[in-house]
Amino acid sequence: MKEQELDELVDEVCRNRVSDGRKESALIPILQKIQSELGYLPRRAMKRISNNLRIPPSQVYGVATFYHQFRLRPEAKHIITQCRGTACHVSGATEIYNYLMRHLGITPPEDTSPDGLFTIKQVRCIGACSLAPIIKIDDEVFGRLDTSRLRRILAKYSREAEQ
Amino acid sequence: MMAGDGEFALPVLDVDKVLFGGGDLRINIGMSTCGLAAGAKTVHDHLKAELERRRLEAKVVKVGCIGACYAEPLMEIIRKGHLGVIYANVDPAKLPGILDSYLRGDLSEAYAIRARSGMFKGEDDVPLLDELDFFKYQVRDAIENCGVIDPKSIEEYIISGGYRALTRALKEMTPEQVIEETSASGLRGRGGAGFPTGLKWKFTREAPGVKKYAICNADEGDPGAFMNRINAEGDPHKVLEGLIIAAYAIGADEAYIFVRAEKPLMAERLALAIKQAEGYGLLGEDILGSGFSLDVKTMLSAGAFVCGEETGMMAAIEGRRAMPRPRPPFPATKGLWGKPTVINNVETLAHITTIIAEGPEEFARVGTEKSKGTKVFCLAGKIRRGGAVEVPFGMTLRQLVFDIGGGPPEGKRIKAVQTGGPSGGCLSEEHLDLPLDYETLQAAGSIMGSGGVVVVDEDTCIVDLARYFLTFTTAESCGECPPCRIGLKLMRDVLTRITRGEGEMEDLRLLENLAGTVADTSLCALGRTAPNPVLTTMRYFRGEYEAHIRDRRCPAGVCLDLIKGYRVDPGACRACGICISECPSEAITLQDSDEGRTAVIDQDKCVRCGQCALVCPFDAVEKVW
Repeated sequence: MKEQELDELVDEVCRNRVSDGRKESALIPILQKIQSELGYLPRRAMKRISNNLRIPPSQVYGVATFYHQFRLRPEAKHIITQCRGTACHVSGATEIYNYLMRHLGITPPEDTSPDGLFTIKQVRCIGACSLAPIIKIDDEVFGRLDTSRLRRILAKYSREAEQ
Repeated sequence: MMAGDGEFALPVLDVDKVLFGGGDLRINIGMSTCGLAAGAKTVHDHLKAELERRRLEAKVVKVGCIGACYAEPLMEIIRKGHLGVIYANVDPAKLPGILDSYLRGDLSEAYAIRARSGMFKGEDDVPLLDELDFFKYQVRDAIENCGVIDPKSIEEYIISGGYRALTRALKEMTPEQVIEETSASGLRGRGGAGFPTGLKWKFTREAPGVKKYAICNADEGDPGAFMNRINAEGDPHKVLEGLIIAAYAIGADEAYIFVRAEKPLMAERLALAIKQAEGYGLLGEDILGSGFSLDVKTMLSAGAFVCGEETGMMAAIEGRRAMPRPRPPFPATKGLWGKPTVINNVETLAHITTIIAEGPEEFARVGTEKSKGTKVFCLAGKIRRGGAVEVPFGMTLRQLVFDIGGGPPEGKRIKAVQTGGPSGGCLSEEHLDLPLDYETLQAAGSIMGSGGVVVVDEDTCIVDLARYFLTFTTAESCGECPPCRIGLKLMRDVLTRITRGEGEMEDLRLLENLAGTVADTSLCALGRTAPNPVLTTMRYFRGEYEAHIRDRRCPAGVCLDLIKGYRVDPGACRACGICISECPSEAITLQDSDEGRTAVIDQDKCVRCGQCALVCPFDAVEKVW
């Protein structure tokens, strides 16, 4: 996205959200909206928001880095959301995570595979604990996972990407 | 649409039209997040296609979760005037067979039925839903409609008795009377702390000021707890009705529902419910002609465990980092934007309708002396029948885990039961006969919390579990007060050292000291309760800590740093080569042995990552301790 387009998007989102007079409380919904449009929060967008709302950039950055939902780096084509709740933990979530990272060739703190196909996000709990362990790929939920099934699922996505 | 004198009346609805859409067949499919994870969407799509192919008219309804997650995907077929027939673990391939047998009047494929009617062949061989072990001990109030009604239809909610409580409150009761009845019911906050709801409302009502706020806490953050999600996904109007009544009681004209972004379906359902209620005049200006007005907004939480702390959540709604502040002043006098504010959990609000519509005695007829009514518990982990169940307070953990949940899977033994999430504790077998209520759990070192119950068997390492919770709370600490910010990190580092086999016996005392300081001096409940998992595991499972420290051994076989290596069992290996393609250090080769061709791991090249064991389809790779 061009810089000018980005600025226009931010300005419009800010205009729409700052209607009830409490501009500070609009910050989180604005960040959410920008992220849902772009997949992440570019530095430029955060600065622009700070200008628009007339609050310091440090405050915008502080909020963006405080909450789990926000990411400051672009994401890949597919998002793998891994649940790290207690039920998933005792049902092998660590093994699933280790497998995913190695299988996709990702080394922390990176979270995106070198081929740009998958970004791995870890969340606290999706709340489908009885079907642990769980991952989501984009909006599709996969429960009662094991590594061999996960391997087949990932292969399907990789094949689709090649075509 | 309004009947009678046009005031204080709910719309009169055509029940058959609402439930059956003009036809005479209705099929419910459980499609909340858990159902979807089990494949309910495929079942739904196949069912639609199959009905089309047969030119069979039926109203297919995406209902919420009935709580029996172990039996998902679930489907219920109801013919007008007949009993509902429930099918469990529905496989799309079996759908045509299920439909055929149902239409023939044959119940051989059914899992359970709602009631006996004598109309079906083989009816007596199928259990009633309420006779199943999972259901027969339950007393449902908060989640009574979940998995039964269409959560996207306000009409179905009204038919099932919805908005009667609101009508009664506005028509017949003063706000003070609403508070009085709520107090009389003995209802305590279901979010974790167990503070009496009526008292909380009273303080907020009596606080000086004209502008007040009501907030519904739908930011369910405890891992292992999903009762709020089930409640709001499956019956959002019940929660909303409770919130409207709460706002009326305290005198608020603005309310927020604060929903976790990780649970998007819940947010969507609540937002739709608000819109529908506004359409029927149950929300907005001059509700039902009573003069009471209320505006409700949803706010998507960006995700932070500390939002469970009331002052943290209010900071988030105000657009700041969710950092709690010292109390007093309490939110009841100085809350959102400095105004008196009440915050109630989803489940607390879901109980309100019963209390107001049917009276406090009806609500309090079950439970214990200090913990009245019912509580939804989420059963997960190593248990046969996992899901959400609503039972009276006072039931024992053993009844919950064994009678309802069916105990651990075949051949496994329960090691611990974790209650209350990261703020709770791990109880051992000796605690199974404790009654479930706020005070008893606290006395045992754990807490009720939001009602998450995770069962753990011998395959789980208790030290690793404690480290898991501390990793969680360390990451979730907001960073404001030093005991929590620094103390939890130190505790986590000590636990990590122990799981790596680098611990000393002295570390146990260090952990206890740190835990005491963090618990006593942290600013908010996150820090004050975070040591619970460590303290309870050290108290009830000390031997396992000592095994890691003294013997450098993990009895559960979980802590990978204590592993010597991996080897392949030639008898089980089929030489498929998957491990070779996945091995990051090219340590595996195929070789011939007495038992045929087999994979062999070169121990010098092996980096002990365990990838081969994870990918082997034949479980041929073993850990060497």
